Amino acid sequence: MPEGDAAGDLSAELLSSPVWTDAQLARAGIPVVDAPFVSIGGGMGSFVMVDLLRISGFPLENIKVLTTSDYPWENYEYLTGVGQLPPGYRIRSDSASTPDNIWGFPSYAVRAAFGARSVRGFIAPIWNVLTENLLTDYWTPLAGQVFQGMSREADRIGYWQTLAKGQARMVRRRAEGGYFSILTVEEGSTRRIAYRSSFVHLAVGYPSVRFLPDLQAYRRRYNDGYRFVNAYEPHEHVYDDLVKQPGTVLVRGGGITASAILHRLFNDRERLGAQTQVLHLMRTHVDSSHGPHVFMRRRGGDGWAYQGFNWPKASWGGQLKVRMEKLGDEERLRMWQTIKGTTTPYRKGWQKQLRKARADGCYRTLAGQIDHVDPGPDGTLATFIRERDSTGTRRIDVNFVIDATGLVGDITEHRVLADLLEYTGAERNGLGRLQVSPTFEVPGARHGDSRLYAAGATTEGSYYAPVDSLLGLQYAALTICDDLARLGFCRRIGPIRSISQWWKWMRNVTP
Amino acid sequence: MTPTLAGRIQSRLFLLFTAGLVWTLLITPLLPAGFAPLTQSYRTTLIALVLVAVLGTVLWEPLYHLLQQFRWEKDWPAILILLQGVPEGWLVYVVMRDVVDLPVGVLPFVIHFATTWLVVFACLHGPLRVPFIRWRFRGGRLI
Repeated sequence: MPEGDAAGDLSAELLSSPVWTDAQLARAGIPVVDAPFVSIGGGMGSFVMVDLLRISGFPLENIKVLTTSDYPWENYEYLTGVGQLPPGYRIRSDSASTPDNIWGFPSYAVRAAFGARSVRGFIAPIWNVLTENLLTDYWTPLAGQVFQGMSREADRIGYWQTLAKGQARMVRRRAEGGYFSILTVEEGSTRRIAYRSSFVHLAVGYPSVRFLPDLQAYRRRYNDGYRFVNAYEPHEHVYDDLVKQPGTVLVRGGGITASAILHRLFNDRERLGAQTQVLHLMRTHVDSSHGPHVFMRRRGGDGWAYQGFNWPKASWGGQLKVRMEKLGDEERLRMWQTIKGTTTPYRKGWQKQLRKARADGCYRTLAGQIDHVDPGPDGTLATFIRERDSTGTRRIDVNFVIDATGLVGDITEHRVLADLLEYTGAERNGLGRLQVSPTFEVPGARHGDSRLYAAGATTEGSYYAPVDSLLGLQYAALTICDDLARLGFCRRIGPIRSISQWWKWMRNVTP
Repeated sequence: MTPTLAGRIQSRLFLLFTAGLVWTLLITPLLPAGFAPLTQSYRTTLIALVLVAVLGTVLWEPLYHLLQQFRWEKDWPAILILLQGVPEGWLVYVVMRDVVDLPVGVLPFVIHFATTWLVVFACLHGPLRVPFIRWRFRGGRLI
């Protein structure tokens, strides 16, 4: 049924008006619910925001989280799981990036140490964080440890009570002040509910999973989703098949997901006796350390660019962050270009496994791109590869292609963001994502004393680099909380409140 | 840590004159300083504390910050902060003995300096973030 045809649905008048009145909604028969602070998304961005508001003393009943997720880490758990980093594996995140604890203390490593049952188990994480990125690799938490921590914190702050389940559809300004956020609820029939708020927080995560044109073209032409898969969709059958019979797999990408997939493939060789041959295709084959000058050189080799986390560590809260905030628009964009790029962490275990695989002759890297893919003989895929430094394409027949190149689609692929760009004055930043101010406000959407904020991957390319990280979400939430305090909407968390709230956290007592 | 130069200096000064000072006041009477009067012992340990602050601000922190520029991550691993204590302790000892011209015993100096360094180090890596929730996002700056 087209929108706008039924009572209680979005009327044509509403759909075309950038600013809505209470009367318009009443005429359309859409019920209105008051909630001073609305967060749209319900993932880890919303969770951390609610956590901060609760710590600042904000009442639970004034917050609503509009979401399709049952729990904040649902989507993250799914994506890391299919990307071969299930709960028992170490994610790419710092020990002190603790979405369940704004202080980052005790960090995950300290918690792991005090939860250990042996002296060695106590010392190992402490020694690791003490010497990380010098004598040892970065200490990183298990995905499961992060999820457990958030579960405890969600219970503590009463997060579950804030959830309003449904699909967020749009945010529009309210003529009388504030915003309306429309939630579509499926309860037998489709219903719309308008949440009336002074503040809206958008933390919708990735707009969509990105499928490269060659993958889309192959799927469209041959209707085959079995042999050419994206890393962020379930593809367990690939590993099962390769264990049952020898085969060749082409892995594409140079990031953490490609690393995790290679790790899985070689684990299957070592532990389950798979005879898999792995071809690894990288568009940018990094041969050595690289960067514009001696003070900006990133480590690299064997095709990979190495970096502990998704952005250089000082962009979280060090000199790179400070510089980003101070630079003019053009210089900042240049800075983004310098520090961005696909990278993977240097992990000794992975390096050892790759060295062995190279020596065994079952792992080869290629520099170039896929031109196109056709079905090959005997159920294989014929991949046509444009290699770096050569003209024309080279055909390689493989059993599977796993594409681990990226994740993020254009922001307009998300309905709320697309609507925001069209009707509510939001703009794009230099990287094409949603522009936010240093306080994570969407400047064009400001409406009197009301504010619309955004956090997470959507906002990459503005003032703060690691928005799409656990620590970045904490920074965004803290900054937004401070901005709300300036507006008199909540209390600023000063040293005394911080200490007393931390003590409550330690005792697992409600804020 | 991912400090800025201002953050380095502010964190150093703040911790030396809070946690470091309290620790110094507590440990000084217990140092094996022979028959030296307590006022003399306090004079020695408090001067050592001030020298760590002054030399750190004008000499060491700018040097560390320069070295940090060669690191892509622009971070400063914890172990480096711990090891900094060796050259810094040596320099403070030499300055006290040869420049300030104080009768400073090696053993009491080492005990005082090393334990104070550890206390400050421990506070820097966690506890400081409890009252100062924004500290880690500001490159270690407190003001």
